[in-house]
Amino acid sequence: MSGRNIGEVILDLNNISLSFGGVKALTDISFNVREHEIRAIIGPNGAGKSSMLNVINGVYRPQHGEIILRGEHFANMNSYKAAKAGLARTFQNIALFKGMSVLDNIMTGRNLKMKANILQQAFWLGPAQREELEHRLKVEEIIDFLEIQHIRKIPVGRLPYGLQKRVDLARALAMEPQILLLDEPMAGMNVEEKQDMCRFILDVNDQFGTTVVLIEHDMGVVMDISDRVVVLDYGKKIGDGTPDEVRANPDVISAYLGASH
Amino acid sequence: MFYRENGQFKTSYQADQQIFPIPQDRWVILGIVAFAFFGIPLLVDEYLFRAILIPFLILSLAALGVNILVGYCGQITLGAGAFMAVGAYAAYNFLIRVSGMPMLGAILLGGITAALVGIVFGIPSLRVRGLYLAVATLAAQFFWDWAFLRVKWFTNDASSGSVSVANLQLFNWSIESPTDKYLFCLGILVVLGLMAKNLVRGSIGRQWMAIRDMDVAATVIGIRPLYAKLSAFAVSSFYVGVAGGLWGFVHLGSWEPAAFSIDRSFQLLFMVIIGGMGSIVGSFFGAAFIVILPIFLNQMLPLVGGLFGLEVSIALVSHVEIMIFGALIIFFLIVEPHGIARLWSTAREKLRLWPFPH
Repeated sequence: MSGRNIGEVILDLNNISLSFGGVKALTDISFNVREHEIRAIIGPNGAGKSSMLNVINGVYRPQHGEIILRGEHFANMNSYKAAKAGLARTFQNIALFKGMSVLDNIMTGRNLKMKANILQQAFWLGPAQREELEHRLKVEEIIDFLEIQHIRKIPVGRLPYGLQKRVDLARALAMEPQILLLDEPMAGMNVEEKQDMCRFILDVNDQFGTTVVLIEHDMGVVMDISDRVVVLDYGKKIGDGTPDEVRANPDVISAYLGASH
Repeated sequence: MFYRENGQFKTSYQADQQIFPIPQDRWVILGIVAFAFFGIPLLVDEYLFRAILIPFLILSLAALGVNILVGYCGQITLGAGAFMAVGAYAAYNFLIRVSGMPMLGAILLGGITAALVGIVFGIPSLRVRGLYLAVATLAAQFFWDWAFLRVKWFTNDASSGSVSVANLQLFNWSIESPTDKYLFCLGILVVLGLMAKNLVRGSIGRQWMAIRDMDVAATVIGIRPLYAKLSAFAVSSFYVGVAGGLWGFVHLGSWEPAAFSIDRSFQLLFMVIIGGMGSIVGSFFGAAFIVILPIFLNQMLPLVGGLFGLEVSIALVSHVEIMIFGALIIFFLIVEPHGIARLWSTAREKLRLWPFPH
């Protein structure tokens, strides 16, 4: 991972606690993400990884703690603010718009950047038409980048799982995010698909300079591609550091392999 | 000339983003519209205009509106009849209370009033969804049924409760004969239909569909459910309201609140379900199915009975008509739950390969 200059802290999470009724999903978690790095969140099932992502982009609102994004404090993060601030994400169990074509799915990612009002759109007047064309060009770049040209007109519901995951990534990339949150991008994929996906994530990070926060279960992948790793277990942070540090951390080993009694 | 797109290469995204990217489609649709404007008035008699074509056009427009809300934005509504009523009564009030108000202006203002009312009654959609929302929109139906029956101001204190509009005029064109009425409705339908198509292929349409398909993912992308849902309610109610105005002004001439009862709401919803949710052309298929089929059955049954030497009484015809109609609805929903529009697109895909399937 040389050649990339990892910058300042861009996203800072301080003392995040989240509970649903009596269930504590996250307890007092703090960590930060630096610009241009690939940051992994790992942990056993139910550790609170997805909840963590949901807190970051405002789907869940934590009871305690604060999110600082590029020096700006977000007390009440919500999805809209998060999207405006340049956060994009993909979902663990694909959340594509099933009735729409691949192209339309990716075009929705451009939504925040489209400004034509409803009347201009109804009459397909100059601004609406120009905008549609302009964003189509951007979307086509992403389609080329992710090598999904052949399926652009197909409704996503008909695509195989691996390709759907890729379209999900494409839709997130269409937002031109500064931080990309990936929730298990490689779950359920075969080896080749995983390799492709790894290549795409590294390329996104490398070419666009996008900061990536990802959750992944495949330890080989995590240790290979990420710069720093956070380990969660039962909603608590038990480890944080480079892959090598985390691998040597006794708490992490006991969480994954069980403590020796 | 076979129906196929081999060898048609698009060289710009603009060409690819047209409403009908395949030239054959474009010509067929243009042909149909031209025929509707110029051919049909020469061929058809007054009865057909009055009983079939005008109701078909107006209800297509209403179904289009309902389809925007139900099919594209995924918000079920049982209040379409009420929004037709709001459109019709608002247009009536604009016409009689504002001096010099042109008829078309009154109908459009009626549509805008319906849009505003639609936004108000769409607010529950921000909290509830699915069947619960359907029940909430039912409230609109009962409320407006009641209001137009009881609040005399809306009906200009008419003692019978029925209101009427006469002497329809558009600029200097006096819309009197069924042919004129047909052309007037057709003109409005073509313009509004084109606008609907533009909306659903643009960014607002994608927002609606995103909310319909997966609302959490939609909000994460930065789509605001408030804006997307309420804009769908507004646009949908506008279409339904304009259709209501036309139904009152052009089709009925004089009407009572019963013209826009809950039966109408159900009828419009069925048109959308049978025609095809989330499909502009499906709205037309649905309206055609529901408006034309009963009349067609009504005319055909005595003839079919005659073939077998049976005398078919009028009472029997109306009973059998309802039975066949119901059976056909069930048949369609089982064979193609996505509506006639899906059958149509499947047929087109087959046709692209025909007659050389390899």
